[in-house]
This record gives sequence, structure tokens and C-alpha cells, in this order.
Amino acid sequence: MPGKMTLDQILASLFPAGHSVGVTEGLIIGEGPFGGGRLVVVGIDGDTPLGVEGALVLSRAVLDAIKAGESAGALAPILVAVDSDSQRMSRRDELLGLYECLAHLAKTLLLADRLGHPTVGLIYGHSAAGAFIATALATRVLAALPGAHPSVMDLPSVARVTKLPLDRLEAMAASTPVFAPGLDNMVATGAVHAVLDPTQPLDAQLSALIADLPAGDIRDRLGRERGGRPVAQAIAERVVRQARGG
Amino acid sequence: MAAADAVSWYEASARQRVAAFLDADSFEEFVGPTERAMSPHLPLFELPRAFDDGIVVGRGRLDGRPVLVAAQEGRFMGGAFGEVHGAKLVGLLRAALDVKPSAVLILFDTGGVRLQEANAGETAIAEAMRAIAEVRAAGIPVIGLIGGRAGAYGGGGLIAGTCARLAVSEGGRISVSGPEVIETNRGAEEFDSRDRALVWRTMGGKHRRLTGGADAYVADTVAAFREAALDLIGRAPAFDRATLEAEQARLEARIARFGDCRDGAEIWARLGVNDPDAVPALTDAAFLETAAGVPEASHDAR
Repeated sequence: MPGKMTLDQILASLFPAGHSVGVTEGLIIGEGPFGGGRLVVVGIDGDTPLGVEGALVLSRAVLDAIKAGESAGALAPILVAVDSDSQRMSRRDELLGLYECLAHLAKTLLLADRLGHPTVGLIYGHSAAGAFIATALATRVLAALPGAHPSVMDLPSVARVTKLPLDRLEAMAASTPVFAPGLDNMVATGAVHAVLDPTQPLDAQLSALIADLPAGDIRDRLGRERGGRPVAQAIAERVVRQARGG
Repeated sequence: MAAADAVSWYEASARQRVAAFLDADSFEEFVGPTERAMSPHLPLFELPRAFDDGIVVGRGRLDGRPVLVAAQEGRFMGGAFGEVHGAKLVGLLRAALDVKPSAVLILFDTGGVRLQEANAGETAIAEAMRAIAEVRAAGIPVIGLIGGRAGAYGGGGLIAGTCARLAVSEGGRISVSGPEVIETNRGAEEFDSRDRALVWRTMGGKHRRLTGGADAYVADTVAAFREAALDLIGRAPAFDRATLEAEQARLEARIARFGDCRDGAEIWARLGVNDPDAVPALTDAAFLETAAGVPEASHDAR
């Protein structure tokens, strides 16, 4: 396994002519020239947990990109780069309505997408649970770099909750992508659209992704084709069919 | 069937809620239990399956108007999102774009992602949130109703926050990390999950209503949820930049004003509630009067 790319390496590869992307308290915000226009970057670096303040800093940046698009008439693509912890787990964050702040961040990304901004997630390290859902998973497509390790919950915690021995879970994880942490498994479920090649320039790879964005949400189709979610697409389609009939 | 005003939402099953909530005999289920759409994964864990995978989806009428409805069953696997469970909700939301109902109603009752199918559940939650954005953008209100025993936790809390309007009862809880999760990760000094009063003050229905985290507070009856849903359908905010700019300002103001508070009661005091320590014991009627006096509780910024 190659070592994972750092954010600096990723930004250098995305923006050979330079950029203004910075990291403050683990939050990534900025932009740079890209394909004749510019690329807006938001995200989370350094395995940082996402709390109420961080979510609102990122959503502010996304809303600013939408506003800039309205006045400039050019809709900049938005890259959501993530190497995060899970949501910040605290009494204070929940007291202040973390569910609203995380959902708000996701909604700003979903609105940007609807308005025509290409939105692409890029997981280059860890991410988990609510932080993952509110950021990289709220884009049109999610790309990954080798070495990324998304998870919902680590296997020792799964062992605690399911009361199954860890060695048995590890054996099950090898054959069943639906519950085990790791990049390969999130590729198999369709959540990760593509894995990029770190040895090739990222700007061209991102341009190619943006040029070929799927029209709708095809994650369940990918999950069926790749075997990680064997039945989700068929079930959703059956519901749609029955709702249309009668 | 018992009259809707006599049925406790908290105690009812998902099917009982749907039957009593919609106009009589108007419910038609999609991919119902006779179709045996069960989890393909639970047998690996030697766990029992349910013929509906813990969620009921279909169409019906609400005061004569056509609606789509999804109801989670908190008594099966804590109402958690597995592959089939999540796909049924996603399919229902996608169907709304086709059949254009007066509203989509989500009756939440969930602990979040089902760990035995974690990757499928997490991806389905992301799909559901995108579908909600599309349904709302098409002008169809998506309304969340929260009063079940499992609450709306984890990814369920994020889906709730994506809805246009939320109604909650006293027993409803909305949160991302549950008390047990916080205690496991941070210790009992951070959150003693056995302190039920603390749970209610931090994430319970009254706290969410007073702070504007939910748009209606209702008694724990099916009739009260029905009445609230009818009201909320009629005043759902648009899904556009103006709404999200307003939500940004609303949430920033909340954190600026209450970011140093340690307890719900401190926040209620700053909101101008006369006797904050008495809020948990207030009757539903008295609480509604209190909430009506808190301007921050009601807004179009969601």
C-alpha cells in the first residue's frame, strides 16, 4: 500500500499554478485556478472531529461559493476534501443542535449541486459517521485516494455492540463488505465512485470526473454491480414502480 | 381501531401509527410484508429478520390529500437503517418526484445506522438526504414526525435536519451521538446516559422546540401528530439559497448566544422562560403556552 497523500501534496497536484487554500483548526477553505475557471475547496484535515462551529464555517464557505456563482454567472466546481474524525461527540454539541448544523452543511452542498455547481468529494484519510455523511457523502460523486479509510464504526466497537468476538468479525469482514470498515468496502457499496491514481496529476483526474458526472444518484446501481449492496437498487425501484401504479 | 386521539404515538407500532394517522382505510403499502423483502445480511450474524425490515412505506390520504408516508419500527433492531430499510425510504422519496404527492411524511423511530449493515445503512442515509433535497426543491414538503421510543439518532438525526419541518413530542429525542455513545467515548462525567432528565434537557422534544430545533410540539397522541402535520404541510419553507442563508444566520446566532451554556435550562432562561427549572414538568398545554412566548422557537429557516 502506498503512503497516503498529504493535503499539501493533493493541493499541489490540483493547482500547479498555486492556490489560496488554507487550513484553520482542521477546516480546509480556499480556491485556486482550475480548467479556465476556479475550483472551490472545503473540507476537514488532520483527523479533526466535526462539531457545530466547524460545520457552520464550512457551510458558510459553500453558501459564499453559491453567492459568487450567482453574481459571476460561472458555477465553480466544489471539492470536499476529507480526512476527518467522526462528528464531535459531546454533550455541548448535541445541546446546541449538532443534527441541524450537520444537516445544514449537507443541504448547502446539495443545493450547490442542484444549482449546477459540480460537487465532488475526496476522501484522502479517515472519515466516519455524521462527519462523513455531512461532507464527502453529500456530493454528486465521491472519489478516494489509496490509503483512505472511511468507516462507520471500527471493528472493536462493532464487536462490543453486536457481542460477537473480534476474531470472528474479522473473518466475516473479509468476505462481507456490507459492514466492515475500509475503502474497498465503501467502493463496493457504491458510496465511493472512483479511486484516483496518486502517481498521476489530480487536476486532470478531477476534470475527467467532473466532465463525466452521472445525472442522478447512481450509488445503489454501483453497489449492485460491485456486489457490496446486492438488493438496495432493486428494492428502491420496486417501491417507485408500485407508487406509480394504481 | 381505537380513535386516533386515544392512541399513544410512543407506545404504538409503526403500522398502528400509520393506520391511525392517515384517513381511515386509505393506506396502501409498497413492498409490504407479503413480499418478504428481508435483510440479506442479518443471517450472517444469526439475527432474526423482519418481513418489512423495520420500515413501512406507502401512500394514503391525509384530510383527503394524497401523501406518501414512511414509518420506522423502533422495536425491530432499534429502527436502524440497513440495506433494505434504507432502500425503501430512498425509493419512496424518489417516487415522490414522479407522483407529486401533497407531502412526504417520515415517521422517525431510529437509533441510526444498523451496525451489521453499516456501510449500506450509511450510504442509504446519504441517498435519502439527497432525495429529500430534490423533493423539497420540487416544491413538495417533506415533514418529519418524531415521538417514537428510539427517537431520531445518528444518521436519522441528519435526515430529520434535512426535512422542511419537524414535529416532536415530549418523548421524542433528536441527536447525532446518543447518550450511550457519548458516555462510551468520553466518560460518564461528560454524559451520564442513565440520567434520563439530562437526556431530555439535552435532546428531548421540549428543548428542541424552545430552541427552534423543531417547528411544532405535540401531545403524545396520533391525533396531535396528525393535526401538526396538516399545519406544517401548509407552511413548509422553500429549498433555496434564501432559506439556507436564513438557517446559517439562525444557527450562528444560536451558538453565539448559547455556546457557553452547559445545560438546557440555562438556554431556556436566556430565551426568557420564566421558570426554566419547571419546564420538564410542564403539562403539554402549559408548555405550548411557554413555547408560544419564545420568538426564536418559530422560523422559516430550515
